Amino acid sequence: MSIKVRYFASLKESVGRSEQRLEITGLLTVADVWRAANPDKAMPDNTLAAVNMDYVALTDAVEDGDEVAFFPPVTGG
Amino acid sequence: MRIKICAEPFEPWHEVQAYQQSATGMAGKFGATSLFIGTMRDFNDGDDIQGMTLEHYPGMTEKQLEKIVAEAMQQWPVLDALIVHRVGDILPNEPIVLVAVWTSHRGDAFDASRYIMEALKSRAPFWKKELLASQTERWLLKNTDGYL
Repeated sequence: MSIKVRYFASLKESVGRSEQRLEITGLLTVADVWRAANPDKAMPDNTLAAVNMDYVALTDAVEDGDEVAFFPPVTGG
Repeated sequence: MRIKICAEPFEPWHEVQAYQQSATGMAGKFGATSLFIGTMRDFNDGDDIQGMTLEHYPGMTEKQLEKIVAEAMQQWPVLDALIVHRVGDILPNEPIVLVAVWTSHRGDAFDASRYIMEALKSRAPFWKKELLASQTERWLLKNTDGYL
């Protein structure tokens, strides 16, 4: 399946890219997407994740065509 | 309900007046309007701050803010609500965020606007990077709890 992966703020800077396309087979969780996209980098403890612009748990499943985003705690307002 | 993300400076008083005049359905119905305006300071954590860049996740920001306002409307009899939030490069003394809530009675206006603002601070995908007077940059790591 094809997954669009996006990164924001300090996490974007630390992984060195804002987005990527992941072509992968088999059932995946959000945590699996991170591992496939960043095999040499552990996910920071405070990372938040969203699928199709809704917050999700790292154990939630992803589907073909999903947009998965990783980012640090939010600091707006 | 209106959610507005601004890349340029905005004038909160004008935004409130213009929206209220356009929302003719609530004319005569509201008795209370609660406004919260967040403005950029020139200091933080003991340092002088020269400027700030606000990044956001386009699309998710609006989706989450709409959800937060919908939650407030379920909990309180809110007639209407307006949120305006800056993104991009911001200078001290410029408004960052406006939350306006219209209700029939004041208690609901206070409570709903507080709920929206605190939920925005913890869930809306914005991130601040400060430029210190010393010319170094730093990301804010987390927002403080407004109820403490």
